[in-house]
Amino acid sequence: MKSLAELQAIKAKMKDKVILREGSGDIRVVVGMATCGIAAGARPVLNTLVEEVSAQSLTDKVTVSQTGCIGICQFEPVVEVFEAGKDKVTYVKMTPEKAKRVVEEHLKGGKIVNEFTLGGQNL
Amino acid sequence: MKELSLNILDIAENSVKAGATLTEICIEETPDLLTLTIRDNGCGMTEEVLRGVTDPFYTTRTTRKVGMGLPLLKLEAEQTGGSLTVTSRHEKEYPTDHGTTVCSVFHKNHIDFTPLGNVVPSITTLIQGHPDTDFLFTHIFPNYTVSLDTRELRTVLEDVPLGSYEVLKWIEEYLDEQYESGGKTV
Repeated sequence: MKSLAELQAIKAKMKDKVILREGSGDIRVVVGMATCGIAAGARPVLNTLVEEVSAQSLTDKVTVSQTGCIGICQFEPVVEVFEAGKDKVTYVKMTPEKAKRVVEEHLKGGKIVNEFTLGGQNL
Repeated sequence: MKELSLNILDIAENSVKAGATLTEICIEETPDLLTLTIRDNGCGMTEEVLRGVTDPFYTTRTTRKVGMGLPLLKLEAEQTGGSLTVTSRHEKEYPTDHGTTVCSVFHKNHIDFTPLGNVVPSITTLIQGHPDTDFLFTHIFPNYTVSLDTRELRTVLEDVPLGSYEVLKWIEEYLDEQYESGGKTV
């Protein structure tokens, strides 16, 4: 059974990491989590992003956060990637599988997955 | 929405946006009924706003003119023969005791009942998005209760953020275990 003591252990382990992490976070990944996004399947997309960013040890440079309606509800789930000095990248109609590739190829590898972007869709 | 658990995520967002420091999510199940209550201590709404909240053409969003969150939940409740009620105390009128309560009742055995789905990822998603506000989650079954109080976790974690992956993972497993084993041993 999980106990609060276990949480205590996590805290002890995390303490140093937290201090280290402050002031970093070069890439910000934002998931639209309004009614439109949630209904379209944003929850598993967000959860996959959080999980994969951690699995690929990218938590020091990537922060995953949530926002409201981005305004293009018909393209939800929408994921935006902000990186200092670069143009915003908007991924549309995301799925957990696509999110995995974005983490691997874009966030880790630095290469935009063009086929998933708003501009890369056949509209 | 495919699952009520997604509505929970959606409606609880409103609470956080209303400045709530504590959002309580309570699900109570009997063999026939499911009652979902989301109560917050946010800024509350004036009577005028309150009258309009279940109208899809009322919304606080600025990107378009419709808001479907509460109307959807209302529809899902009513199509089972259930109901949705929203009560609110606006901070102007109730400076020390304000907030909003959304209570919805569903008849579980009705053919149009939207399944609850898995609530756990909705709870972790809420915490991930709003690690600085508190959530009290309770899921009451006839013979056991699953619960999580982020205020309790916060006292243990001190300045380690609730939104960090390791903590979220722990919360997920903590809740999953409670569901599997039939509630917390008190």
